[in-house]
Amino acid sequence: MAFYSKIPRNIINNLKSKVGLWSLMKQSHGTCSYSSCLNTIHLHRFLPLTTLPQFTNPDSISHKKGHFPHFQRFQSTTTEKQIDSVPNGEQSQVLDFPGGKVVFSPEMRFLSESPSVYSQCYRVLDDNGQLISHSNFVTVSEEVAVKMYSNMVTLQTLDTIFYEAQRQGRISFYVTSIGEEAINIASAAALTSDDIVFPQYREPGVLLWRGFTLQEFANQCFGNKADYGKGRQMPIHYGSNKLNYFTVASTIATQIPHAVGAAYSLKMDKKDACAVTYFGDGGTSEGDFHAAMNFAAVTESPVIFICRNNGWAISTPTSDQFRSDGIAVRGQAYGVRSIRVDGNDALAMYSAVHSARHMAVNEHRPILIEAVTYRVGHHSTSDDSTKYRPANEIEWWRMARDPVTRFRKWIEINGWWGSEAESQLRSSIRSQIAERAEKPPVNDLFTDVYDNIPSNLREQEKLLKETINRHPKDYPADVPI
Amino acid sequence: MGLRNIIGKRLGLGLVRRRKPFSTATCDGDGNGNGNAKSINLYSAINQALHIALETDNRAFVFGEDVSFGGVFRCTTGLSDRFGKARVFNTPLCEQGIVGFGIGLAAMGNRAIAEIQFADYIYPAFDQIVNEAAKFRYRSGNQFNCGVSNKFPGLTIRAPYGAVGHGGHYHSQSPEAFFCHVPGIKVVIPRSPRQAKGLLLSCIRDPNPVVFFEPKWLYRLAVEEVPEHDYMLPLSEAEVIRQGSDITLVGWGAQLSVMEQACNEAEKDGISCELIDLKTLLPWDKETVEASVRKTGRVLISHEAPVTGGFGAEISASIVERCFLRLEAPVARVCGLDTPFPLVFEPFYMPTKNKILDAIKATVNY
Repeated sequence: MAFYSKIPRNIINNLKSKVGLWSLMKQSHGTCSYSSCLNTIHLHRFLPLTTLPQFTNPDSISHKKGHFPHFQRFQSTTTEKQIDSVPNGEQSQVLDFPGGKVVFSPEMRFLSESPSVYSQCYRVLDDNGQLISHSNFVTVSEEVAVKMYSNMVTLQTLDTIFYEAQRQGRISFYVTSIGEEAINIASAAALTSDDIVFPQYREPGVLLWRGFTLQEFANQCFGNKADYGKGRQMPIHYGSNKLNYFTVASTIATQIPHAVGAAYSLKMDKKDACAVTYFGDGGTSEGDFHAAMNFAAVTESPVIFICRNNGWAISTPTSDQFRSDGIAVRGQAYGVRSIRVDGNDALAMYSAVHSARHMAVNEHRPILIEAVTYRVGHHSTSDDSTKYRPANEIEWWRMARDPVTRFRKWIEINGWWGSEAESQLRSSIRSQIAERAEKPPVNDLFTDVYDNIPSNLREQEKLLKETINRHPKDYPADVPI
Repeated sequence: MGLRNIIGKRLGLGLVRRRKPFSTATCDGDGNGNGNAKSINLYSAINQALHIALETDNRAFVFGEDVSFGGVFRCTTGLSDRFGKARVFNTPLCEQGIVGFGIGLAAMGNRAIAEIQFADYIYPAFDQIVNEAAKFRYRSGNQFNCGVSNKFPGLTIRAPYGAVGHGGHYHSQSPEAFFCHVPGIKVVIPRSPRQAKGLLLSCIRDPNPVVFFEPKWLYRLAVEEVPEHDYMLPLSEAEVIRQGSDITLVGWGAQLSVMEQACNEAEKDGISCELIDLKTLLPWDKETVEASVRKTGRVLISHEAPVTGGFGAEISASIVERCFLRLEAPVARVCGLDTPFPLVFEPFYMPTKNKILDAIKATVNY
């Protein structure tokens, strides 16, 4: 029988004497220095961070540099800690293989398939919007907080408008972000407008934060001639080069490696900017996720990976999706610093993304953020999720765990919001959007396949126009020829 | 013109065949004799193109598996030393990552030159190429592309393709047909060192995503005078490399030299063959091929890739559509067999000179 022992417990036991009890609650391996600073700070009472602790000192970075002997330039503190933590009496020789530094042990131990404790989830506001004591977060001004709240409400309204439009047959398809407003808005608020966004499809709030108007959303959903995408894609496939938000594609996780390449470009240009990419729990099963994480670590690119772990990939629960303890644990497997955050806590999301951005840009490293949340809405208008999950579960999350209400409570506690402001906000969100606009011309079927129209497409366009002339009734009347 | 002959050898089962020189029937502009030209092989020509690409644009990057030390075919020799590890770097062993990363890099306005080590391994990147790179511009309404941001740069994917004499299933494939079915990308295949340098520079500077297949068999064995300066050859322009009047032959890449040999032998039997190098398979130059078929009335297409669904089928269908009444005989295709690329059986699988010659005669005598 193999001797089986959980390394984390071993390490925990050995580190216990060296670090405070608090560390037991963390993942034992490679706690980054930023959280180590949080470690010590927690001993004081609630202390919002107005300036971030110094963590750019390479000596204080405790990730696994030691496992990559060809990284000569950094001193590694972690490897030494590990050697220290090997139980006494064992041979603690370190040997350099090209594949990594190894510490030998005559005791056969398998690394556990799961950590001894669940990876902790960072949250700052409790379910009633009260600040949790001993919490650390990046402070948010009243202006930003109110803007965040307004945007979350606007996002909800936007979702209602377009969901109804689809139900009434005015648009063909829609995808809501109900329950994930905090992830959308808080993350967007923590970024700058220079940060390049590579969305999946449940992040219109990021566009909204950056200034995309209801009419612009509508143009794309209705596929009218003002659609920047020229009517080529299904609804919700928004994109805006002006707002640095790359066009949504239905393909899952394909955007993740794009973000890494873009981040590398930003690093080369020495821009004060990072790339940010969003994806769901399902997306982390795709090969592109793993490819991107690995590339990001190796190329040392300033990219933030934000996983919306909302529990469902259409009808597939996370138990059918993976067996790891969520997503954040995977970061270490690739050499990527990571954190798990309560995705329904706007303040925690803001702090995490803000900090991640700082690390990404200043240290040229990728960061993985797992935002745990719940997909309150159906996957899309083509889905009825009551077929695979209980209706009362959905209702509970909608009512009791609503991120918007939770944040509202916090801003009210701060005296930044009230019922008058609330009714003003709700009435001001315009629901008048022009929909009966013309569609783009049929010529746009042929443009942008390449930079110029090649001869085969010019020929096909000519033939098509002849066909349209012969059989006009076959074609929709609202597309100009 | 001052061109040296191209010399090559194909090693089959103990057979060594001397390759005959190409004759270029037309001038190809910048590729010709201006300034110094040196006799170099294909991988050196490609290497020169990459050096020029990186020196003329400081936003050009070369990346892929093993490119840093010079690459398994030495196409990237010296680049890392000269331009630094930030611009020329190894990637992890992951084709979908290589192309996905390249798309992101290109979308930010850089010239991303990705290498796939063998075309046989390009399939993990197929989704990124087809669903992402090819549609990047179109789906965004030209807000984004890779392609161009506001300038010219773009994504070029280079991969060695084709038979090498001993490559078997996974070092010999010609996957061009899969990519020719994808609106939004370009597919380019050079036949010789001088062509390769000019075409590759055009691909790198083209504002669309391009897949550039390099005939690996010619890397060392094809030698030609290649001008040392920066020059580009036009894409989507086929070249008539041998004039003739009895039959039109269409091919690309390494297969052209086999076809050229067949043409030479056919000439001894009084058959005058016109040979066309397609060069760009997507979008392909129908006009040049059509004009030739109108002259000859007969067409034969040859490629290493399996015959069923190969790109020859597209050419055949197009020519029949356009030149049906002019045709004196059915369109002939001399291609690889519909099998995985075999090792011991390679000489049987391949569209050899004699297979082509037999088909030329059958077509002419139809």
